[in-house]
Amino acid sequence: MRIEELLKQLPVTVAGDYFDPAVTVAGGYVSDLLSHVMGQAKAGNVWVTMQGHQNIAAVASLVGIAVIIIAGGIQPDTETLQKADQERIVILTTKLTAYEVVGRLYQLGIC
Amino acid sequence: MIKLKDNQKILLEFNLAGSAFDLAGEASSKIKRVLQQIGVATEVIRRIAISSYEAEMNVIIHACCGVMRAEIYPNRTEIQVEDQGPGIADIALAMQEGFSTAPDFVREMGFGAGMGLPNMVRCSDQFDIQSQIGKGTTVLMVINH
Ligand SMILES: Nc1ncnc2c1ncn2[C@@H]1O[C@H](COP(=O)(O)OP(=O)(O)O)[C@@H](O)[C@H]1O
Ligand SMILES: [Mg+2]
Repeated sequence: MRIEELLKQLPVTVAGDYFDPAVTVAGGYVSDLLSHVMGQAKAGNVWVTMQGHQNIAAVASLVGIAVIIIAGGIQPDTETLQKADQERIVILTTKLTAYEVVGRLYQLGIC
Repeated sequence: MIKLKDNQKILLEFNLAGSAFDLAGEASSKIKRVLQQIGVATEVIRRIAISSYEAEMNVIIHACCGVMRAEIYPNRTEIQVEDQGPGIADIALAMQEGFSTAPDFVREMGFGAGMGLPNMVRCSDQFDIQSQIGKGTTVLMVINH
């Protein structure tokens, strides 16, 4: 699914400067444990997490994740947004809980 | 794209500092970029990136300083990470999934799941770890392209 479609369907906000409506996501992964993300998330996944620190950008970049949704109203650190910008990773934030985000993503067919 | 000749290799070397969480992953990202430039397959790059990142993180989390060396050959990448850290008392125990001695503040950041060494083993074609208490730890991984 194209990320511009995701933005229409979910109450999410683009948090950083980098945004490309044509970025697509296929499937997803949810965890706050970085080694599990490294080992189990797939390239192209959307990653749902409640971590807002800059190491999530490095992890996403190494795994090939282009979109991170930070759930639960957590705000990413400034350094996170800077790193994500450099790595061309879209960071979205939402007040929805991680549970709700994943449920909604599933309903949208991102499975 | 640059193409490596049969007898060519690229050597990358990085100094790693313990507790430098702000720089965490930079060395692995640089290795990844070079691998992309020489056209290594995406799935192979992913295995190398995971292996190097986990080894890099272990120095940052568990040791005071170290060096990461990547030797990229046309058919394989060798990663050697050597640190001056506390060493590992029981390597078999450390290799178990979920075993971690990471402190709480590190766990809160999402590190310390005890999956680093298992991830390295899973992603590399050859894995070797040597450790001496009070001296340090050396990890060697070979990933075939
Ligand atoms: N370079 C190292 N120096 C000292 N101890 C280490 C090192 N690497 C791993 N260890 C020990 O092995 C354990 C397991 O490592 P790992 O599987 O990477 O999990 P984690 O880093 O999440 O704790 C660590 O918690 C630590 O006790
Ligand atoms: Mg580790």
